[in-house]
Amino acid sequence: MNILYDERVDGALPAVDLPALLQALHQALPDLAILHRAEDLKPYECDGLSAYRTVPLLVVLPERLEQVQTLLQLCHQRGVPVVARGAGTGLSGGALPLAKGILLVMARFNRILEINAQGRFARVQPGVRNLAISQAAAPHGLYYAPDPSSQIACTIGGNVAENAGGVHCLKYGLTVHNLLKVEMLTVEGERLTLGSDALDSPGFDLLALFTGSEGMLGIITEVTVKLLPKPQVARVLLASFDCVEDAGRAVAEIIAAGIIPGGLEMMDNLAIRAAEDFIHAGYPVDAAAILLCELDGVEADVHDDCQRVAAVLTQAGAREVRLACDEAERARFWAGRKNAFPAVGRISPDYYCMDGTIPRRELPRVLKGISELSEQYGLRVANVFHAGDGNMHPLILFDANRPGELERAEAIGGKILELCVAVGGSITGEHGVGREKINQMCTQFNRDEITLFHAVKAAFDPQGLLNPGKNIPTLHRCAEFGALHVHHGQLPFPELERF
Amino acid sequence: MSKDRDMSQALLDQVNQALRLGTALRIQGGNSKAMLGRPVTGELVDTRNHRGIVSYDPTELVITARAGTPLLEIEAALHEAGQMLPCEPPHLGVEATLGGAVAAGLSGPRRPWAGAVRDYVLGTRVITGHGKLLRFGGEVMKNVAGYDVSRLMAGSFGCLGLLTEVSLKVLPQPRQCLSLCLPMGRQQALAALAEWGQQPLPISAACHDGEALYLRLEGGEGSVQSARQRLGGDELDSGFWHDLREQRLAFFDDPAPLWRLSVPIASGALNLPGRQLIDWGGAQRWLKSSASAQSLRAAVAQVGGHVTGYAPGEDSSAPLPAALLRYHRALKQQLDPQGIFNPGRLYPDL
Repeated sequence: MNILYDERVDGALPAVDLPALLQALHQALPDLAILHRAEDLKPYECDGLSAYRTVPLLVVLPERLEQVQTLLQLCHQRGVPVVARGAGTGLSGGALPLAKGILLVMARFNRILEINAQGRFARVQPGVRNLAISQAAAPHGLYYAPDPSSQIACTIGGNVAENAGGVHCLKYGLTVHNLLKVEMLTVEGERLTLGSDALDSPGFDLLALFTGSEGMLGIITEVTVKLLPKPQVARVLLASFDCVEDAGRAVAEIIAAGIIPGGLEMMDNLAIRAAEDFIHAGYPVDAAAILLCELDGVEADVHDDCQRVAAVLTQAGAREVRLACDEAERARFWAGRKNAFPAVGRISPDYYCMDGTIPRRELPRVLKGISELSEQYGLRVANVFHAGDGNMHPLILFDANRPGELERAEAIGGKILELCVAVGGSITGEHGVGREKINQMCTQFNRDEITLFHAVKAAFDPQGLLNPGKNIPTLHRCAEFGALHVHHGQLPFPELERF
Repeated sequence: MSKDRDMSQALLDQVNQALRLGTALRIQGGNSKAMLGRPVTGELVDTRNHRGIVSYDPTELVITARAGTPLLEIEAALHEAGQMLPCEPPHLGVEATLGGAVAAGLSGPRRPWAGAVRDYVLGTRVITGHGKLLRFGGEVMKNVAGYDVSRLMAGSFGCLGLLTEVSLKVLPQPRQCLSLCLPMGRQQALAALAEWGQQPLPISAACHDGEALYLRLEGGEGSVQSARQRLGGDELDSGFWHDLREQRLAFFDDPAPLWRLSVPIASGALNLPGRQLIDWGGAQRWLKSSASAQSLRAAVAQVGGHVTGYAPGEDSSAPLPAALLRYHRALKQQLDPQGIFNPGRLYPDL
């Protein structure tokens, strides 16, 4: 089922009188940068999920809070939908524009307002890039922990909206664990402060609710993040395995030994070969799987833990365990993993990145299921896996120029996510639902749960003007999606218990 | 004999009957947090029969248990596997339950370094104001599908629904744990904490009682020993932290009213009438004072903090700004339209 906004199932959007809207905007906000010509709008037609494109009605690029406030008031009065966007690096289409909506680009809010070393926080505008925070904090020996792979480009506002993760989540948490305070504007243009400069705040935990709400509950105007002291040292072990099950077991054994690595990543053979071919990281191309295990902290502890982990890995059946001998080798080991997506991009004209999470014990079963699906649909799948926290990134290889392949890639992607749900996992660990996984939401949640999500939305935005169609599907869409399933036959994996 | 029981259907029936009759419900586990918030009038919902650990696999770092499960039982199961709840929720009574700990959202001395209860909530089952038993989140570490209703439940004092089950992330116990006592004044202690906070030291609790700074070090053998060498001081019995968390230190015996001040971590010394105990490395101050709530709130607001009274009544919950209160009401109206769950526990009309 098409994932672009479909008024028939996603809800009717109010018709917009564009010339009148433009005139009102010019009048109320004479110094606001507004793009409205087709050639200016084109670059904004998609975010990081480039397979799906919609040219927005208008693009606005405000620079001051008051402009955003006035814009929201005006859109609220006129019933015009608003889609917020940071750097547009999101992989789930969370910032996919609407043909009848304004795209509100927050990228010009790019100032770091305060780095407070004693208070261990940074106060920044939402358009500040993730990595720029750590760079600004570095002279104090501090950093901002969440590090999504797009961290050189993605903005903190987008990170909050998506509850972004990264490779160090198991030990350092997601975005939600590293925030103190968010300043936001409601759909009516009212200012609210969620959280506080202290570690908690009175009332409901609206900061937790707001984090990861995908631009549906309000517009972020300022973010205060926690800073952490930089670990003294970080070391990386590379372990190769002849079978994927052993690698999966090794992960559980490391945890059972009471060790929480800073990062714990797995790659399967196809991903290993693609990365090695591209980066020459020194990966064993004949291994069925590799594990990268990073241990960070104080020198003495890291030294001891490296020895413990090496023993556990060997015990679990690793045929080789290598400790990166210096910083250059450590960087190389990581470069292979961090460039796994573009590396796969070199061996296939197109690829589609999934983001399911599973309880780790289900890894062998899920990998087997993916390989069966891969055969069934005739598309290769490379697996990259945040093994420590059960977050899988299967990369589906396809060629969009071959008729039907994109559709097959979407179909197998949907099946993989349904498999994740069937084993007790989730359709998205860190990329968000956006538009991409809107149909699979109907698999993970029942109609009452989806109804409650709509109730949450209604408390903040009863008219549904903020980012309509994202994150939570309409019941109508779920009904159609469910009907589609039955039409095509059996539910996937009938042998699995459903819960 | 196991006391484990799944009473979720009975709880659901009770909620549905309350919805039909328009009866307010007063949700209660071990009733160990009754000193917080405002008194609730309503029919009792006792969660204590709905108890038991539903699943616990130490290598997955997740425990799932029914809301009425005693916290002691959960901690014992984790301890046996060498794991713990890093947020150390205060019990404040032997009957404290998991559901109550999550609904109250209180965290122990490790809070600034390890996070709060809400940071460890992965999933919940909740009976809603529409009379449905629903599941949010799950048992996986990362899950950004839909709104984070599970974390919203933490600290909501049962005002948004009836928690029936919670999945929490757990962590291995640290390899080494060592506590220290360093005699020094308040100013000096706060200055030292501000400096050490910027360094990768294995501090996991820090308290000052006016006479001395108490520190807990947790980590590997190497880091704990080297920090111990560097920081000096005398070794302290680790039971101190339990007594601090459970408000059993001599400080809490003072008959004056108890206040919890949550302030930015580097706020420095606060000059307030009464006696103070610094916790959370400076971010939480316990105050024994007969001063009015209003005067304390005004003073603490100056540094960007807020004040909770530890006695049931109007002065317990810190007031909300008008705009924020309006959105609290809107959320309550949406999730509990008939207003049956713990009405008024946090704020009037909520």
